[in-house]
Amino acid sequence: MPRAACPKCGFNNPGGRNVCELCGTATRAEGADGATAAASVGRRDFYTEQTSNSRRSMVLLACFVLLVVAVAWVLGELGGLGPAGLLLGLAFGSIGAVSAYYSGDRMVLAASHATEVGADREPVLHNVVEELCLAAGLTKPRLYVIESEAPNAFATGRDPQHASVAVTRGLLRKMSREELQGVLAHEMSHVRNLDVRFATLVGVLVGTVALMCDWFWRSWRFRRGSRSTGSAGALFLILAVLLAALAPVASVLIQMAISRRRELLADATGVELTRNPHALASALRRIAADPQGLEVANRATQHLYIVNPLKASGMDSSALFSTHPPIEARIRILESMT
Amino acid sequence: MALFVLPLFLVVVALAVVALYNGLVLLRNQVRNAWQQIGVQLKRRHDLIPNLVEVVKDYMGYEQETLEKVIRARNQAIQATGVQGTAAAEGALTGALRSLFAVVEAYPQLKANENVSRLQEELTSTENRIAFARQFYNDMVMRYNTRLQVFPTNILASLFGFKEASYFETTAAEQEPVKVDLR
Repeated sequence: MPRAACPKCGFNNPGGRNVCELCGTATRAEGADGATAAASVGRRDFYTEQTSNSRRSMVLLACFVLLVVAVAWVLGELGGLGPAGLLLGLAFGSIGAVSAYYSGDRMVLAASHATEVGADREPVLHNVVEELCLAAGLTKPRLYVIESEAPNAFATGRDPQHASVAVTRGLLRKMSREELQGVLAHEMSHVRNLDVRFATLVGVLVGTVALMCDWFWRSWRFRRGSRSTGSAGALFLILAVLLAALAPVASVLIQMAISRRRELLADATGVELTRNPHALASALRRIAADPQGLEVANRATQHLYIVNPLKASGMDSSALFSTHPPIEARIRILESMT
Repeated sequence: MALFVLPLFLVVVALAVVALYNGLVLLRNQVRNAWQQIGVQLKRRHDLIPNLVEVVKDYMGYEQETLEKVIRARNQAIQATGVQGTAAAEGALTGALRSLFAVVEAYPQLKANENVSRLQEELTSTENRIAFARQFYNDMVMRYNTRLQVFPTNILASLFGFKEASYFETTAAEQEPVKVDLR
């Protein structure tokens, strides 16, 4: 059976499914009635959710590594660099990522106008986080507040010892204690699952692919017509051109797919901590319904937040390029958890 | 040939035994540490209760019984020992505190009091901490006990006298719905 992309959210479903595994939309006409949809989504527990999401993100990462190796090999052969091309690409691709790895948290917090708050000023926030640290067996992160009425939150920092969690004033004001706990459990799960490290690694790979393709195009201008090749060589050349044109787009697509997987994983891990999927579902619904925009968010930081602050609606045509799964899908999965 | 195979085999077995034994010790210590964490949170709760009683007692002239129940449950919880005993006594305390807060809801002046709301937040947080510490402890116990039961660690465990750890179970008092008696 062929795999079928969901018409609503773009999720690549295994063949033979009438409803999308991710968002529950009917993938073909005959499965359109609600009864079948509800029946085949079924109930799941957070443990299976976690295993499946972390396995899928590892599979995506493996695909990515294959892509990098393919690009390196094909373009390296043509560019005459050989395996050195890959090493150079990795080296240059890592420079930005490594500095972002060590100081990215400070940059992001500063760019979001987040100020650190102590337990005396925000006792409830500190209490909720300390509670979750007990549940997760983590050390307490530094806590920041962003003075914005839009409810949202993000976590950053390279490892659990250097983690920071920022929440907006609106989140503290508009959520009930349980909803706040659900949101912070999602953030603590990003810390626990080492998602910043994961995203850095993926970022290095995206940068590497982009650099290698860029080099190929540059050297291409000089070499055009300078060398006569046989038909096998011409085929190889066409393959290389295609790869150089498509690989950067493909790498961003994989990056976004990984980002969406890690969000679902953090939702499931958050439920493991609180054992309360409904509080997080209700918080997500409230965040999505809030009309207030988050002024300090931009394209560079949008992927960090619990709900993408730049998208008014959870769903649009560019599902494949979105950093987060559609919010209705996340809510549906949470509500189906036991 | 056999001259080399036998010692090699023994070395591999010895290394495996060492690794399994160390793994068991690590897990047992993690269980103990998780138990200590519950103790820290329970102590926090015991320390908060006198403050709470002090603040609410003036308002709650008719609710002396509820208050006394909380104080009694606290004193019993402090004296409790062992996993089972602690679980039972703390469960009773949780039940008593819940009925106290149900009563507080009925007194508007009490609800408006800043000290009461601060203490209420602290106690809510402590209840969550106890629940999460217990959840973490039980997860650890499950991992440890499973390790004790599976082959081949079970042989090693009985050889060195590793004992299964007890779960911190919720008691009947905690699962009961809150009864409020408003006269």
